[in-house]
Formats: sequence, structure tokens, C-alpha cells
Amino acid sequence: MRPLARTVPVPPPEAAQAVEPVEEVRFGGRRLRARALLDVAGRVREAGIAVALALFVLVVAVIEPRFIEPNNLEEILLSVSILAIVAVGQTLVVLTRNIDLSVGSTVGLVAFVCADTLKGSPGTSVVLVVLLGVVLGAGLGVVNGLLVTVGRVPAIVATLGTLYIFRGLDFTIAGGKEVSASDVPDAYLDLATSRVLGIPVLILFAAVVVLIASLALRRMRSGRELYAIGSNPEAARLAGVPSGRLVFLAFVVCGALCGLAGVLWGARFATVDARAATGFELTVVAAVVVGGVNIFGGSGTAIGATLGAILLGTIENALSILKLNPFWLQAIQGAVIIAAVTLDAIVTRRLQRALRRARARR
Amino acid sequence: MTMRWSALRGKHVARPRARELLFQWEALLVLMLVATILIGSSITEAFLTGQNLSLASADLVEKAIMALGLTLVIIAGEIDLSVASVLGLSSAIVGATIDAGVPLGPAIALALLAGALCGLFNGLLVAKLGLPSLVVTLGTLALFRGLAFVVLGDRAVSEFPLAFTDFGFANVPGTLIPWTVVVFAALAVVTFVVLHGSWIGRDVYAIGNNAQAARFSGVEVDRIKIGLFVASGTLAALAGVVFTARFASARPDNALGFELDVVTAVLLGGVSIFGGRGSLVGVVLALFLIGALRNVLSLEDVAAEKQSIVIGALLIVSVVGTNALRGLQERAARRRPAPSRTEPSMEGGGGR
Amino acid sequence: MTKRMGSALIALLLALTLGVAACGDDDDGGNGGNGGGGGGGSAQAEGANVAFLPKQVDNPYFDVAAAGGEAAAKELGGQFKQVGPSEAAAPAQVPFINTLTSQGVDAIAVSANDPNALTQALKRADQAGVKIVTYDSDTAPEARSVFVNQADTEEIGRSQVQILGEQIGNKGEIAILSAASTATNQNAWIKFMKDELKKPEYKDMKLVKVAYGNDDDQKSFQETLGLIQAYPNLKGIISPTTVGIAAAARAIDSEGLKGKIKLTGLGTPNQMRKYVKNGTVEEFALWDPEQLGYLAYYAAAALASDQITGEEGETFDAGELGKKTIGADGVVILGPPTRFNKENIDDFDF
Repeated sequence: MRPLARTVPVPPPEAAQAVEPVEEVRFGGRRLRARALLDVAGRVREAGIAVALALFVLVVAVIEPRFIEPNNLEEILLSVSILAIVAVGQTLVVLTRNIDLSVGSTVGLVAFVCADTLKGSPGTSVVLVVLLGVVLGAGLGVVNGLLVTVGRVPAIVATLGTLYIFRGLDFTIAGGKEVSASDVPDAYLDLATSRVLGIPVLILFAAVVVLIASLALRRMRSGRELYAIGSNPEAARLAGVPSGRLVFLAFVVCGALCGLAGVLWGARFATVDARAATGFELTVVAAVVVGGVNIFGGSGTAIGATLGAILLGTIENALSILKLNPFWLQAIQGAVIIAAVTLDAIVTRRLQRALRRARARR
Repeated sequence: MTMRWSALRGKHVARPRARELLFQWEALLVLMLVATILIGSSITEAFLTGQNLSLASADLVEKAIMALGLTLVIIAGEIDLSVASVLGLSSAIVGATIDAGVPLGPAIALALLAGALCGLFNGLLVAKLGLPSLVVTLGTLALFRGLAFVVLGDRAVSEFPLAFTDFGFANVPGTLIPWTVVVFAALAVVTFVVLHGSWIGRDVYAIGNNAQAARFSGVEVDRIKIGLFVASGTLAALAGVVFTARFASARPDNALGFELDVVTAVLLGGVSIFGGRGSLVGVVLALFLIGALRNVLSLEDVAAEKQSIVIGALLIVSVVGTNALRGLQERAARRRPAPSRTEPSMEGGGGR
Repeated sequence: MTKRMGSALIALLLALTLGVAACGDDDDGGNGGNGGGGGGGSAQAEGANVAFLPKQVDNPYFDVAAAGGEAAAKELGGQFKQVGPSEAAAPAQVPFINTLTSQGVDAIAVSANDPNALTQALKRADQAGVKIVTYDSDTAPEARSVFVNQADTEEIGRSQVQILGEQIGNKGEIAILSAASTATNQNAWIKFMKDELKKPEYKDMKLVKVAYGNDDDQKSFQETLGLIQAYPNLKGIISPTTVGIAAAARAIDSEGLKGKIKLTGLGTPNQMRKYVKNGTVEEFALWDPEQLGYLAYYAAAALASDQITGEEGETFDAGELGKKTIGADGVVILGPPTRFNKENIDDFDF
């Protein structure tokens, strides 16, 4: 028996294990290392969404060629840019086996505060406003992080509470006012409409965020440790991973990304009141889940979450372009979430069976 | 049940530490409720009037009915986020069928059936396919709400037979107790008996504590889980019927976002999000507490969203407080020589 | 087990005590707080405690109307307050009606999101002695005493089509961006719009869609984008809601389509000024919401002091607006709508 087994409590058979000693497994007729296997599985999952997305786009394009006009494709990416940014933040948190339900309230609060600040002092530089938004969002993330790590409140409960509290604060600060497009300088609104090298700035923001997050999760040690915390918290702790600190950081970064999204939200939708981004958290979790991030932590990627966001946005756009009854949108989105999770479960079960067979053979 | 070294008795006692803590929680809820009532009546004289209490309790009923079902589901270690959407779907079905000329009875029956089917769908995905209920019910939250929109479209039905809206609005003749509250009270009693006085309840707690162990001891985990989701769905559909009657309005976006309030009420009532612990009395007390708080604040013209700050803070403080309390108890227990097995606690950090 | 029974008993006792206390209060007419202002029928409508319940709060149009109500309250020496839901839906208005009933106000002026859904709650308020006035958007007539209408419903509806027709040469596909699908006033106007379109001079104008923005800025914005995407030959949009027309203007402007898709509707000059000046909107209409709120308050105060009961032919004093006569079905009309365009938009500030 490996010495690790005595000190580590027996992990429930359901959880996939990332912190695994190297072993060789037969899967699809090739000999692969277990860790590499899960990497492959993850990448297969992303490839899966990409393929589904491509197929979907193809089918719709055949019916209505306007769908793949560059204008329309750009419109899709624009509509999911903000969602993608928040989805990446949520991914960081979900990877550690937590969840952040307060993202909608955070985005709304930051959106209003930033727009209102600009209304009051129109001379403020846009860069400063972006910084303000990010810092404010990070601050709210600190609250969540402290509640979960120091307060030992389960994330779902803590962020449910902060969902209410942040939204209430938003209403108190807003006091019934709204900030409209004519109240803010054009430089701010340009964040959502201007282009660099022909690509909308909004899409660039999202692309940069996804890229950095992706690299951080794969290359940085703290990034990989997030996966460890999520797949086996006890083992991670015993292996010396600074779980508390990392989980705290995950919430802070998520909050910061929500802050950035809030600034962009204000620029894109221009009329901001205390109701902005209500219910957004559900869309974000949907994107994350569809994107292959395991809700119990331990697996998933930023790119996956982004693809999930793009898929949801594409479906919405397709419905509108095909002039289908828009009332089917929510139902379809729900069906997509369920299909994604079911698919994941089937694949994971096959993987586990393969792993178990390999282990039994030793 | 845990074995604990009682220095007083000089032996291991089967003192249910968890239940002890819970009883303290319920007492705390009662205290908070009394405090709210006292403070509320001193702030505004409109609070403790029959008229107001009657209306305020009626406001609670739909969330309370949904909370009954959700309590069972959460104690069993799962969660059902789709309850408000089932309410919306049920409301849409009632509206659409009555609009199409179907008589009241069959319309209601159809809505309840739809709720049961929704619950069955959830239950099968969770129990048979083993999917995480958080995600499944997130998906069905969107799916069922979407179906409500498909059923009713953009219209809202607001013309209903008088008997229906009278039920939703009127009080028991001679009193100020709304009929809908009577319905809830009856359901609450039934749920109480099921949860705390029957084998189903014992099995539910067992499943919540350790589903594997329960399965090995012969509990039909799958069947019970499916049954719980069906119950949750049916109760949500019933709440939808009540909602439609009370507001005389069937809209697909009825009760949008209610699930948060219901989950909050259940958690505030002392039910652990991880399952295996909690009592219905706590949940009912929490419902009263939230209702009283919201009512007092409404009478002071505080907007609903600002009221939520209080509710959210209450939820967090209650959990932090309990954790702190348990932390102190554990530290005290550790000083005693006898080994005490730690139980699953409401800890955050690496957990969910 | 016994401990749980214990707390259950406590809870039960508490409920019973409350119930007894509640039943005890039934004697004084069912609500403890109905002290309030004018219950006596004096000659002049004196200050009353009136609450405004618009379709939704934080809506500039209703905020302006509230300013009118406040001005009227000051003149009459009465009380004014505004409460309401943050989303424009009838079920969201019901709890406010209940709260106002419990608080014992003298009168409620409500702009209804649905013609029938508020009936029960309003009837209960009426039984408790609260007078009901509707303004801007009516309920079923039996649920209120007086309806203060901003302008003749038919005139509003038809003129909207006429304005857009002038701008697109009476030819092309058009769409309507409305508010909530159940809003009484919206549906009343749309009915006349559709009827106007049946006239021979509009035979080349086709209504392809009625979209609903629910008086939510973001939703209205996205619905407009959806219309633009789905109907590439769209020539014009009518948005008879101030939130809708503002969002639609922004959408058309941000898509670079100003001038190609003509936009008209009902908007406030302040929100529309930028778009009138940059050519997105040529002409739109409205009335003065402040006067509407002002008139609504006077009507409510008159009811509360028993000056009028809502019968046809009754008159009441409406301060600066002079004497107003109640028409059929208890309807009082403010006056004709105003058209706003580049020439006169700077004359107004609301």
C-alpha cells in the first residue's frame, strides 16, 4: 500500500482524482498516463463544444446565410464578451469546488458606481474608471473570500447572502436614479463601440482575459493547485497546497473580473440603474457548466467556459435571425445545460471505469 | 448521533450534539421573531393589526409551500433550484387552460400534474443518472421557465372564475385568516409528520448523512430521491395555483427569482446545505421571521431590494455565528481526554 | 424528539397569540392605522394623504409625474408619496396596494400594468376606505372611481401611425416596440394603431411585428437589435413608451442606421434631445407628465374629501388646470398630445 493512503481519508469513488500517481491505462487502445488522460479528456470536452458549435453554425447558416455574415458573427462575439469575462472568473472559483452566486450583483453594482462617477465628474479618464471598477469588484470579492475561508461559510450560502447584500447596496447607492447615455462622456461609451485594428475593443478585452486566465491555469503553479484543491481538498491540504489563500484569491480575482465586466456593461448598455445585471449569475453558471467545468471542481478550463458562453450566445442569435419564437430561448438554454451535464457524466463514468480496470489489473 | 464523553456522567453518552445545536438555533429563531415583532410594533402602529397580519401572512404562502418541499430535498443532500420556474409553469398552465375554456377543476389538476412531471424529470436525472442536482435544477430552472413562456407566450391571463380569485383573496368567514394560509398550515402539518414521524423522514435524514451507507443498509435511495423531487415539484405547482389565484394573474414570469428566497428561508431555518440535518419547525420559524422583517420594512416604505440586505446579512451572520459557536465547543471538547469523532460541519474553504 | 416538539409548541403558541391579537383588532374596521387626512366632506378639496403607485419606479416619465403630484400636494396642504415595483408587472404592484391599505392612506393613484390583475387588491383597499384613482394606464372600471387619461386614447394611437407614415412616405415594413404585453394603455393605443393602418392611404405600410421591451431599458435595447436583425427591410419603428423609444434610439444609433430606420413614439424631450439633434429621431409625441401627475393628485384629493364620486358630469377644481369635468366611465382627459421635433425640443425640460 502506498504510504499516502493511511493519512488520506478514502476518497469517495465518484470524484475523479487529479492528484494521482502516474499509472498507465488502456483507453482507446493507447497507453496513456492517467494525468495525461484527464488532460486529454478535458481537451476532448473543449473540442466537443467547438465541434457542436461548428455544426450548429453550419446548420443555421444553410437555412439562413445571413447568419455567418461577418457582421452577425461579430455581433455574437460582442454580445458574449462580457459574459465570457465573468465566466472565466466563475471558472476559477468553481475549480476549487466553490461557487460565486453574487457575480450578477457585483457587475450591477460596479456598473452603476462607475457610470454614476462619470456622470458626476465627466472629466475623469476612462482608464481611471476601469481601474476603479476592477478595484471595487476585487473588494467585493474580498468579502466573499473572507466569508468562505475565514468564516467557513459554504460558498453557496455565503454568495447567496452577498448576492442580496450587494444588490441592496446597489439600490441604496442608486437611490432610484439612473445614468443614461447622455450623462456619460463619449469616451466611456466608446469602450463598447470603438475598434483597434478593426476588432471591437470589447472583444479584445474578453480575448485578453481568457488568454491570461488560460495560461495562468496551465502554466502557473497556483493555477494547477486550484485543480488540486477542487478534486481532493484534503489531499491538497496535506500536500502543502495553501488552500485557504488560493480560494481567497480565486474569489478576489473573480470579483475583479466582475468589476471589469461591470465597467464594460455600463459602456455597452449605456442606461444603467440599480437593476442592471439582475439574474446574470445564472447565465454565467450556465456558460461555465456548458463549457465543461465540473461543478464539483477539479476539472475545466477558461477556454471551455468561454466556448460555453459563445454557444449560448450563438443559440440566442440564431433564434432571433431565424425569426423563431423567442420564447423558446430559455427552454433551449435549459435543455443545453442538461444535455451538457449528461454528456459529461457519461464520459466521466467511462473514464472512471477505465481507471478502475487499470487499477484492478495491478 | 455521536458518542460524546460526558465528564459529568463519567461515561460515553449518546448525546446528539447536532440536535442540541439545532434546538439552540430554533430557540434563537424564536427570539429573533419575538424581537422583530416587538420592535416592529413600536416602529409602526400599522404592523400589529389584523388587516396587516392577514395580508402579510398571505404574502408568505407561496414561498412557504415551496419551502416545505425544498426542506425535504435539501435534507436529503440535494437541492432544487427549479421550484420558482415550476410555479411559473403551473401558473401559465392554469392561465392558458382557463383562457381556453377548460373548467377550473381540470385546469388545476393539469397544473399539479405538470408539477409532478417536472419533479419526476428532475428526480430521474439526479437519482438514475447521478447528475449533480445543483446543475440539473439550474438547467430545469431555465427549461421549465422557458416552457412557461412557450405555453403562455407574451400574454397574461387575468380573467378567472370568481370562485378562484375569492379563494386566493378571501379569509375564512368570520376571521382574518386567509384561506391560502389554511392550505399551507395543513400541508405543513403533513410534511412535519412525514419528516419527523415516519420512516420516510428517517430515510431522508439517512440519505442526507451518507447516501452510500444508507444504500447499503437497505434504504431505497433512488426511489426516495425521485419521490422527494416529485413532491417538491407538486408543491411548487400548488404554490403556482395559489399565486395565480391571489394575484388573479397568470404570467410566465410569475415568481421570477423566488427560488433564492425559498432557499434562504430553508437555510436560515437551520437546514444544513450538505444535508442530513435540519428540522421543519426551524424552517417555518425562519419563514415567519423573514415575513415579519419584510412586512415591517415594507410598512416603512423600504424597497424590497433594500430589505434583502437584512435578509442576506441574517443568513450569513447565522452561519458564521453557528460556526463560531461550534468552533468554541470543539475547542472545549478537545481539551477533554476522550476522543470525539468529528462530524461533517458547515465548513467552507475547500468544501462547497 | 421532545425538544423539537417543544419548539414546535412554542411556535404554535406564538401563532395562536398573534391570531388572537389579530382577531381582537377586527372591531375597528379592520385596519388600525386609518387616521389620515380628509374624511370630512368640505367644500374645497383639502390636503389628503395620497400615494402614487406607478407601473414601475425609477422611470423618468413617472418621476416627472410624481413631481406634478408633489406640487399639487403642496398647493392643497396634503401628503404625497410614491411607491412601486422595480419591474413593470402587475403581480409586483399588488403587495404595494396591500401595504398602502395597511398604512391607511386616503387615496391611491395607480398606473396599472394589467387591466384585471389588480382588481381584487383594489377592491379590498376600497372596502377599507381607500379611494382609487387610475392615471396613465387604466384598470377595469369597477376597480376605480376615476381614470385620469393623458389624452384621448384613439388620438394617441392614430397620430403615432400618422407621424411615422409622414416620415417613411407611407411605404415599407414597420414594427412596434411596446412595453409590457399586458399594459392597458399600450394595448389600447396599439389597437387604434392597427385600425389606422387599415386605412387605404397606408396600404403599402406593413406591421411586421410587435415586440415587448417591458419598460426595461436593456430588454428594449435587445429587442430593437433583434428587430433590426430579423427584418432587414425594416423602415420604421413606433415605440409608444419612453423607456422603449430611448433604448431603440440608442440601438439604431449604435448600429449606424439612423435615418435608414425611422423612429417615432412617445418619449421625454430630455431623453430624446440627443437623438433629435443627431437625426436618429425626427419627430415624436408626448404630453406633460407633470401635469398628468398634478391632475391625478387633484382628482384623488377630490375623491378623498368626498367632493366627487366618479360619476359622469361631476366637476372638480384642478388648481392651475382649472375646472375639470368627468366624462363617461369616470374618465378625465388632460388634453391633446404635443409633438416634439428639432424646432421646439429645446423649449422643454422634462
